[in-house]
Parts: sequence; structure tokens; C-alpha cells
Amino acid sequence: MQLNKKAGLFTGTMIGLSMAVSTVTWADNHPIRISYIEPLSGPFANVGDAGLKHFRFAAEKLNNEGGILGRDVEIVAMDNKQSPSESVSLVQRSVDNGINFVTQGNGSNVAGAIVEAVDRNNRRNDDKVLYLNYAAVDPALTNERCSFYHFRFDANSAIKLEALSNFMTTRDDEIDKIFLINQDYSHGQFISKRMKALVDEKLDAEVVGDVLHPIAQVRDFSPYVSRIEQSGADTVVTGNWGNDLSLLVRAIDSAGLDVNTYTYYGGGLGTPAAVGPRGEDILFQVSEWHADVNVDEGLEEYEKWFVEFKERYPEIDWYYHRIYNQMHMLKNAIEEVGDADDVVAIAKAMEGMEFQSPTGTVTMRAKDHQILQPMYISVMDADAKYDADNSGVGFRTVANIPVEEATDTTSCDMRRP
Amino acid sequence: MFETIAYSILNGVLYGTLLFMMSSGLTLIFGMMGVLNFAHASFYMLGAYFAYTLGLATGFWVALFLAPILVGAAGALVERYGLRRVHQYGHVPELLFTFGLAYVIEELVALFWGTVPVPYKAPASLDFTAFSLMGLDYSMFKVFILLVAIVMFVGLWLLLKKTRAGLVIQGALSRPDMVGALGHNVPMVFTFVFAFGCALAGLGGVVGGIQFVTDPGMAFMMGPIVFVVVVLGGLGSVPGALVASLIIGILQTFFLSINFSLAGAIGSLGIEDSGFFGVLWHMETTRIAAVLPYLLLVLTLIFRPRGLFGKREA
Repeated sequence: MQLNKKAGLFTGTMIGLSMAVSTVTWADNHPIRISYIEPLSGPFANVGDAGLKHFRFAAEKLNNEGGILGRDVEIVAMDNKQSPSESVSLVQRSVDNGINFVTQGNGSNVAGAIVEAVDRNNRRNDDKVLYLNYAAVDPALTNERCSFYHFRFDANSAIKLEALSNFMTTRDDEIDKIFLINQDYSHGQFISKRMKALVDEKLDAEVVGDVLHPIAQVRDFSPYVSRIEQSGADTVVTGNWGNDLSLLVRAIDSAGLDVNTYTYYGGGLGTPAAVGPRGEDILFQVSEWHADVNVDEGLEEYEKWFVEFKERYPEIDWYYHRIYNQMHMLKNAIEEVGDADDVVAIAKAMEGMEFQSPTGTVTMRAKDHQILQPMYISVMDADAKYDADNSGVGFRTVANIPVEEATDTTSCDMRRP
Repeated sequence: MFETIAYSILNGVLYGTLLFMMSSGLTLIFGMMGVLNFAHASFYMLGAYFAYTLGLATGFWVALFLAPILVGAAGALVERYGLRRVHQYGHVPELLFTFGLAYVIEELVALFWGTVPVPYKAPASLDFTAFSLMGLDYSMFKVFILLVAIVMFVGLWLLLKKTRAGLVIQGALSRPDMVGALGHNVPMVFTFVFAFGCALAGLGGVVGGIQFVTDPGMAFMMGPIVFVVVVLGGLGSVPGALVASLIIGILQTFFLSINFSLAGAIGSLGIEDSGFFGVLWHMETTRIAAVLPYLLLVLTLIFRPRGLFGKREA
């Protein structure tokens, strides 16, 4: 009996000790997880899949350099089927799983739902969550709907349109008639409204057509192309993304229409492959970076990063420079706080943070959590050093927009905890 | 205006012929066997994926013939080992069976080929401009789709009306006991009709996958509209399916191609763009185009339940 008691004590102590040890190692080594909430099935699956590869790659690069606070970063992929309501429940699932960070970018309608879900959770729940938005560009998210827990790493639509229209004034002689075609939700509706105002204000041109089409439902753009043709437009402006963009440019191209197309997202994710070298000198994009920026500005380190990504995923290219910024700024913020669970402190560290990105200094504006970064306008060019998505055609910078000009005013009146 | 009409008719006919390829098989199955096949568009999707995969090995032209045969074989298996067993319990279990099957096929396709669209492209021999109409080019592939649809329609019509096999099929569907008494294997005829209908959808997929996008979502994209065609055209009527496809194709394209709203035509009359009436007053035709087919479906069922060419009620 006495022996048994001793044995019991011994076992108990050992169990207790081993639990204590495992808790310590768990706290040290369990990964910092980021929920990646994007369409991984359905019409936009290719976009969601490419983004996931970007995040996984960036996380691995960080982990190779020691991770964040010595802990690994892990991307947890969640399929939202491009649905706002599905995304809200995935935010909830992230909270339930103890994940402190969610990232999403495709679809400002989805982003709006996530902002609300995150705000609601953080008001009521002690397990708070931070929303890192790498691509949803509806200006409302950093204006009337701004939130303390939301950070946007892409330039918003107002900034992009300002840059595009400024560039278009330099080509005023060849732009007379502009056709706007956009997806029928907040993102496209904003472009349609704002671009018309900008054309009136700055350009010696008129808007001859303005069409909104249902998102992710149009498989055949030829009726729209025939409208563009009849309007006599020489320039098309579109904020379309994913299949909605690649099918549109493919329809324009296969109909042999002679127009210049100004896009937000013409640089990757299927669009270069859809037109190929025939898009040379006629397909423009406004973006925070493109592959030949590395060549132009001698960014050797970043070029290596790009090439390494290509070796890993030969079918696509490193496209989202903002994911680079986002992951590094998150790392800096967490390490400044020293605690990956104190979401409020991390958010405060990120406010106003400056980061030396390969393209220059980028700043997270404290007032509305909109990043300010240099922007580039580029056009398709078959002679570019790096082609996009194996299409045989890359991009050439036609205008640099310094960070002071790539900005907007904000009406954000943020409620801070 | 003339341009708009010409474009709409041309684009609409192209879209309509694709709809016809998918719906002709469904109208046979739906009208003749009484099976409401929810998985029909899934066979359309299988056609596209089979053709893409085969095409990598054999080239497009062989795949054009092989893929529909494979889809037909898959359809025959589904009928023989699935539908026939469910059939004895009535129409609702049949409907549920095909409903589930549609999801199973979608998930299987996603498992085998991934959720990302596959790069299924027109063969080089068809990838050039066939003709231009008032500044817009039309590729040879679109002309090819048109040709395939015409061949399909004529072939179907001849098969059903002019051959002995067609007579047996028609007989087996309306008087199965009589046809059975004459020594024909009626269950076999049913399997054949189902397989044939699936093969037609598969053929639609072979060309439709190139014209649109080949991804696991393509079946659910096309599924509902195919039913509209079948109801509008009349159950079991192949000419009806053709006419209905063309009507839907042309109407939808026309609504997309013109820029019209009541407010634009008559003037806003001080009506705000809000509230039920105001929204309707300012609604542009492009935004109506998406609901148009379903509006037609509802109106057909209310005012002419047997459809345009149908002989009995839906």
C-alpha cells in the first residue's frame, strides 16, 4: 500500500511535470495562425488559390528567418465561396479556434461583412481578432465604415482612380470617348460614379458608356463588347477582377476591338494569359508593384524572392506585393508588442507604422488604417524581363506615382478602444 | 439601332445554340422518361473535363467524338444502377437522387481536376477570325459551334422521326407495355435514351467549356437555365428546345446590348431612384437581363403550361 502510494505520487508528479513542460513548449512553439478567408471553389477559385500560395510562401520565408517572436506563422485556409455570410461564420470559426488574425481581400462586399463581424466580436468577446485586408478597395472601408480592427494594405479605389485619371490627362490627345464597365456591387458602383466625376473634372473627353454587370455570372461578354464597339469608345476603364476581367479582355481581344483598356488587376491571375502579347501597349494597370519594377530599380533581393516563388509555383507569378508588406508589418507590430495575443496593442503598434518596403517607405495612416505607398502605372510589354503567368508578355512602367501623390482624404471617425 | 439588332441576333444565336445543345438531351429525358434530371448540367460539365483531359493526349478532334461517348457511358451506368432502382419508388426519390448526384459529380470533379479553372482552349485550327461584322470579329470557333448545333438538330430529328429506332423509342415512352409485348427490351430503350441525352449534354460541354470557362462551378451556372429552355419549348419537343434556346439567347443578348430604361426613354419625370416604383422606373435593361429567363419560366407556367411546342402539360 505504502509502495503504491509512493508510486502514485511519483506518477502524478511526472504527469504534472510533463504537462508543465509541454505547456511551456506549446507556448513557445505553437504557431501564430492567420485565417485566410477567400474563395477556394467556384468561379473565383483561381484567384483565391493564387493568394493562398502567396501567403504560404511569405509565411515560409518569415519562418526561415526565425518566424515572429521565434514562433512559426501558419496560414489556415478557409473557403468562403465568395459569400459574405459564409465569411462571417468563418470569422466566428477563427475566433473559436483561438486565431487572432484574419486576412481577406477579394470582394469589398465580403470585406464589409468581415469588418462588421470583427467589430461585433471584439465588442462582446475577450478573444479579439484583427482583420488584415490585402485587396478589398472600396473606399468606404476606410471612410464612413472604418474600423479600428481593420487595416488595408492595398491602395483604395479613390487613390487608384486619382492616379489613373492623372495619367490619362497626359494622353489626352488619344482619349476622347471612355467606356466604363464594372461589376455590379459596391466596388464597381464606386468606380462608375467616381470616374465620371474625374472625367468631367480633368479630362477633355466624355463617358460614352457606363455598364454594370452581375459579378461572376457573365460567361459571354460579347454583348457588352458590341456595346463598346457601338459607343465608338477608344478607351475602356474597368475595375473587374478574376474571371470577370480575363473573360472581358478575351472578348474584347477576340472581337478585334481597337481600344486601350485601363484596369486595376490586368497584371496577373489569368488576365495576361487571356490576351497574351496582343495586349501589348493597349492594356494598362495601376498597381503598387509589378515584376519589372525590380529590374528598373535594381531590387536584387526582391527579384530573388520573385524568382524563388516562380520556381515553387511555375504556373503563376508573385503578384501581390502588398502581401509582402502586410506580413512584414504584422511581424514588426507583434514583435514591438512582444505578445501575439494582445490584439489591441498590436493594432495600436500598426497605426502610423512606417515600413521600408522594397519600393520605398510605406506608412499605415493612423487616422483610417489605409496604407500609403508608391504606385505604378504600367502597360503590357512583350520585351519586359519577366512575363506574367507564362503569357510571353510582362509590364513596363509608364508612370511612377510618388507616395505623396498616391493619397486621398478620409472622413473616418474611428472609435478606439 | 440596326447594328444593335444585328449584333444581338448574331450573339444571341451563338448563345442560343449552346443552350440548345445542353437542353435537347434534357428535353428527351424529361419529356419522354418523366425524369426531372437535376444532374443534367453535370454531364455537360463532365463533357468539358473529359474533352480537356483526352485532348491533352489525342488532340481536340478525337476528343470531340470520344468525350460525348464516355459521358454517355457514364449516363448509362447512372440509369442502369441508380435511376432504375429508384424509379419504382416514384418521381420524388428520382428527383432527390439526381439532385444528390449533381453535388457528387461536382465534388468529384473538384477532387480530380481541382477547383481552379483548367486551361481548356480552342484548337489552333479553329482559333482564327472567320469574318467581321461592322467592326467586330467573329472567330472560327463560334462558327464551328453553330455548325455542331445544326448537325445535332438535324441528326436528332432524323433519328426520332425517320428511323425504326426512333419509332421504337417514341413507342416505348408512351406505350411501354405494348412495345414490350412486341418483343423490344423496354428498360434497355430507357437506358439508351438516358445515355443518349447525357451524351448530347457532353457534346455541349466539349464546345461550351471552350467558349466559357471549364471549372467545377460550370454545372450550377448552367443548370437552372436549361430547365427554363425545356419548359418554354415544351416537354419532349426537340424543335421546341431549339426555338426556346434561340428566343432566350436573343432576348437576353438584346437586353444586354441596348441601353434602355423607362426613365431614360420617357424622362425621369421627377421620380427619385428609390422605392419600389422608382427603382423600376430607373432600372436599366442590362440589369433585367439576368432575371429574364426565369421571368419567362414563370410566365410560361402560368399562361401556357405545355410550353411552345409541347403536347402535354408540365
